[in-house]
Amino acid sequence: MAQRIDVKDLNIFYGEFKAVADVEMSVEPRSVTAFIGPSGCGKSTFLRTLNRMHEVIPGAHVQGSVAMDGVDLYGSDIDPVAVRRQVGMVFQRPNPFPTMSIAENVLAGIKLNNKRISKSDADDVVEQSLRHANLWNEVKDRLNRPGSGLSGGQQQRLCIARAIAVKPQVLLMDEPCSALDPISTLAIEDLIAELKSDYTIVIVTHNMQQAARVSDRTAFFNLAATGEPGRLVEIDETSTIFSSPRVQATEDYISGRFG
Amino acid sequence: MTSTQSPPTQDGVRPTKDVESPRPGRRPRTRVADKGASRLFRWTATGAGALILVLLVAVAAFLVLRALPALTTPAAELTEEVSWMGEATSLLDFVGPLIFGTILAAALALVIATPIALGIALFTSHYAPRRLASGLGYLVDLLAAIPSVVYGLWGGLVLAPMVKPIWAWLNEYLGFIPFFAGTVSPTARVLMTVGLVLAVMILPIITAVSREVFLQTPRLHEEAALALGATRWEMIRVAVLPFARSGIVSAAMLGLGRALGETMAVLMILSPGFLYSFKLLEAGQQQTIAANIAAQFPEANPLGVSALIATGLALFVITLVVNMAARAIVARRKDFSGAN
Ligand SMILES: Nc1ncnc2c1ncn2[C@@H]1O[C@H](COP(=O)(O)OP(=O)(O)OP(=O)(O)O)[C@@H](O)[C@H]1O
Ligand SMILES: [Mg+2]
Repeated sequence: MAQRIDVKDLNIFYGEFKAVADVEMSVEPRSVTAFIGPSGCGKSTFLRTLNRMHEVIPGAHVQGSVAMDGVDLYGSDIDPVAVRRQVGMVFQRPNPFPTMSIAENVLAGIKLNNKRISKSDADDVVEQSLRHANLWNEVKDRLNRPGSGLSGGQQQRLCIARAIAVKPQVLLMDEPCSALDPISTLAIEDLIAELKSDYTIVIVTHNMQQAARVSDRTAFFNLAATGEPGRLVEIDETSTIFSSPRVQATEDYISGRFG
Repeated sequence: MTSTQSPPTQDGVRPTKDVESPRPGRRPRTRVADKGASRLFRWTATGAGALILVLLVAVAAFLVLRALPALTTPAAELTEEVSWMGEATSLLDFVGPLIFGTILAAALALVIATPIALGIALFTSHYAPRRLASGLGYLVDLLAAIPSVVYGLWGGLVLAPMVKPIWAWLNEYLGFIPFFAGTVSPTARVLMTVGLVLAVMILPIITAVSREVFLQTPRLHEEAALALGATRWEMIRVAVLPFARSGIVSAAMLGLGRALGETMAVLMILSPGFLYSFKLLEAGQQQTIAANIAAQFPEANPLGVSALIATGLALFVITLVVNMAARAIVARRKDFSGAN
């Protein structure tokens, strides 16, 4: 199910402002790729181009191509809605639907995709997804309570459950653990390791140890100066990036000598 | 604002019962300058709140006091003295059809206006390009600025002749539905036309309020839906409408409130009657409380005025009940409202 992603000459704009320039990279199927880099360098922006969520912001557009198993996501005959059904996303801030119960939240994507499923199948999906996201034990007695009644970390895990319930080909995660305690963080990392066998995963993180722990490859983004577009500095095996990066800026950033 | 918790001690721990807390029952001391301003604000806010309550009570008291003569006069004497009460055998018998007519007219307006208003609001908030959206919003707001006399004139002189063939068609082919039954009026000065005009009148308020609510949908929730592969309409269904639910109810209730009390437009269009009748296309069937007061007031004797005020009291109560019902609806799913 997992698919490879090839990005070529990608420039990303917010209206006139070029936020990210000239990205060129490949993401292997069934791997975890981590994006690291200083705040504002365009990690989230780039991540959102991989499921065409970038363009929902008024004025936002891209130039270049993002190919998934050889098919350009930005081709004229591609429906962004179809892309987003294949590429799941977990946001930086947890965003469960406040008007839905916990169970409804998990099932939201499936209901959207217009699949009719039986009550027992639905119950299975809810349990499986919540177990996967390490949330089942905490919420199994209150599946019909609103999702917004959970703690921040629980809400984030609910969002992960919601994203994986539809079994996407690719899973994008934008700092999924920034609202979590260390235990939940470890649980999510285990989850990522587990999901890797089925999915292609791209994760943005500010936590170096996390990048080192979970990812196979790491991409370092940087910003020459404010107002300049962010750029991909280098992408390589995670072990290489953390032991002997080719670029000095990467080493400075990783060792905390940045700025 | 009336927190009775004792203030945290310096290290941030709340004092336990046995430790004597400084100034029990007081709010924590803040900076002195802040205190004056915040106290002023508190009193102003409380005052404004109380003023509304006082006004409400004053209106209710006025209505009750002035309605009292009509309420206490024996029915026979009342119907004798007040010529325009016609066939009615008591005040209740008189006000009943009026309440019925008022609610029917307002409900009709609401049924017509709400879907259109929600459509316009959604279009301007989530579909239209920004320039077009603001232009359209402005146009709809302009509708609110037109005086109701103008609506009355327009409804009677322009709209009624225009809709006449439509009403005739409805009567002929859908006449089996009670609303469209009866003899269709040749002038179209009927409740259906009134409902249509009232719908136009309450369109702006419903549109404006629901548009504001739609625009306030958190971006985060819209994106959550889109990222799951929702189309724009599905995104609206999943994220926007549930979030806006209580706002929509409030918007509709504001519209209903206006429709219930509307006087001139009804007075100038409707050919009145005093029946419990669902026939929307027949003349001389219904009348609303407000229009009836305006129609009878100039020639009413003191007891007649009192009787009219009694009908006004009924309108006041209806409006209160409608609002309370709306609040109850909104409160029912509070947990899921997304307020937290
Ligand atoms: N909605 C937007 N409209 C205009 N500019 C934006 C928008 N979102 C982000 N930007 C700009 O794009 C650039 C990249 O932002 P982005 O959010 O991708 O950074 P980031 O690397 O994810 O940072 P962080 O680590 O803080 O999340 C920044 O200069 C930011 O100001
Ligand atoms: Mg970011």
